[in-house]
Amino acid sequence: MKKAFPILAVLTVLLLAYAFYEAMWVAPTERTMGDVQRIFYYHVPSAWTAFILFFVNLVASVAYLIRKNPKADAVALVSAEVGVIFCTVVLVTGPIWARPVWGIWWTWDLRLTLTLVLWLIYVSYLVLRRFSDSAQTPKLAAVLAIFGALDVPLVYFSIWFFRTQHPQPVIGGGGSIDPRMLHILLINWLAFSCFAFLVCWARYRLEMLKRDVEEAEALESLLDTGTSATIAKGKVSLGGGPR
Amino acid sequence: MNSLWPITLASLAKDIRLEWRSKDALNSMLFFSLLVVVIFSFSFDPTAEESREIAGGLVWVAFLFSAIVALNQTWARELRNQVLDAYRVSPAPANALFLSKALGNFILVTLLEAVMAPLFMVFYNLRVVGAAWELIPVCVLGTWALVASGTFFAAMSIRTRMREVMLPLILFPLSIPAIQSMVEATRIILSGDGNPRFWIVLLLTYDVVFTTACLALFETVLQAE
Repeated sequence: MKKAFPILAVLTVLLLAYAFYEAMWVAPTERTMGDVQRIFYYHVPSAWTAFILFFVNLVASVAYLIRKNPKADAVALVSAEVGVIFCTVVLVTGPIWARPVWGIWWTWDLRLTLTLVLWLIYVSYLVLRRFSDSAQTPKLAAVLAIFGALDVPLVYFSIWFFRTQHPQPVIGGGGSIDPRMLHILLINWLAFSCFAFLVCWARYRLEMLKRDVEEAEALESLLDTGTSATIAKGKVSLGGGPR
Repeated sequence: MNSLWPITLASLAKDIRLEWRSKDALNSMLFFSLLVVVIFSFSFDPTAEESREIAGGLVWVAFLFSAIVALNQTWARELRNQVLDAYRVSPAPANALFLSKALGNFILVTLLEAVMAPLFMVFYNLRVVGAAWELIPVCVLGTWALVASGTFFAAMSIRTRMREVMLPLILFPLSIPAIQSMVEATRIILSGDGNPRFWIVLLLTYDVVFTTACLALFETVLQAE
């Protein structure tokens, strides 16, 4: 398994470089929007990757609640973290594209609003993980992830109805796409998915190592105080245990 | 299951008796929402026609902020003297505790609304153009949406390091569809412009989905150690 990591890393870098070349030089320039349309090859794959990661987070959270396997919890944490990063990329690249094309930075369109709310939900998930004590964090976080998933369809319907009442100035999407563009989009998506997987993997290994270290430290300090207590009869050993 | 309701009612009666004797939560909530109303009146000129348009939003934001005050006190009371730990080891069903707390908060927030809604009407010179009776289901469903998920997330945030700060951070993002439904339904009823049915149905859906999830997962949260 450990040997596969550098191989995947090299492959991902090559794929990303190839996808970048395709998106910047090979892809045809869009007729009305011009070169700014090329952000599409980063915006859309990031969105798809983020949504997949949020779905992975939900599956891992449910798996954790059923099996109580700490590995599932680590997967949930990692996928939420990386998902939020990709979602941030989506929310940043969107307005950069929208300003020259639509003339506005932001519109309360269905997909924009849904992505924003999703981002908010997962940021609150990460905040909860950050501020709760380690022993109960996994359960509370898994419960919150389930609530987040239940919330998504409700948000969808509320915005969908709201938007039909208030037509937006410009709605993107629809229409046909050049097959070459679609091809390059899919290459970029593959590259981004590999990249996301790679980052998740690295982060997962780091998280598991961190937990091992914490466990070892806790055990060591327990043994430390135990032995020093028996030897020194209750005398507190200063600086005996690790920080 | 047959012990669910007696225990719920016993726990609810205890909470109401405690609240009746101290009136801590109710007084702080009432004064807080009065302050919110006054500050809103300074921020958005109540005599302007546009302010009346956004009054539905203002009312619910004021209630939401005030409800946070009550929700945060829900579980803090049980931490003293390790009451929550005692509850955890007792054979009483966990959902009885959740239901009693949610119902208690429901009563509190409803009282608050009964007092504050007329005040809003006076300050903002509101008239109900649409069907006024439709405000009743919106209020009941909206209040339940806030207190059911709020009570649940308060039980989660009580376990974190920044207790009071944590609750709105979890509750606000998740309650966005509920808040939007309440605000839109209220705005439509007040202005008599359109049909609020879609929003009431969405609010009902939110209530059913979230209450079911709360009841299904509360034991996990209570026993999380």
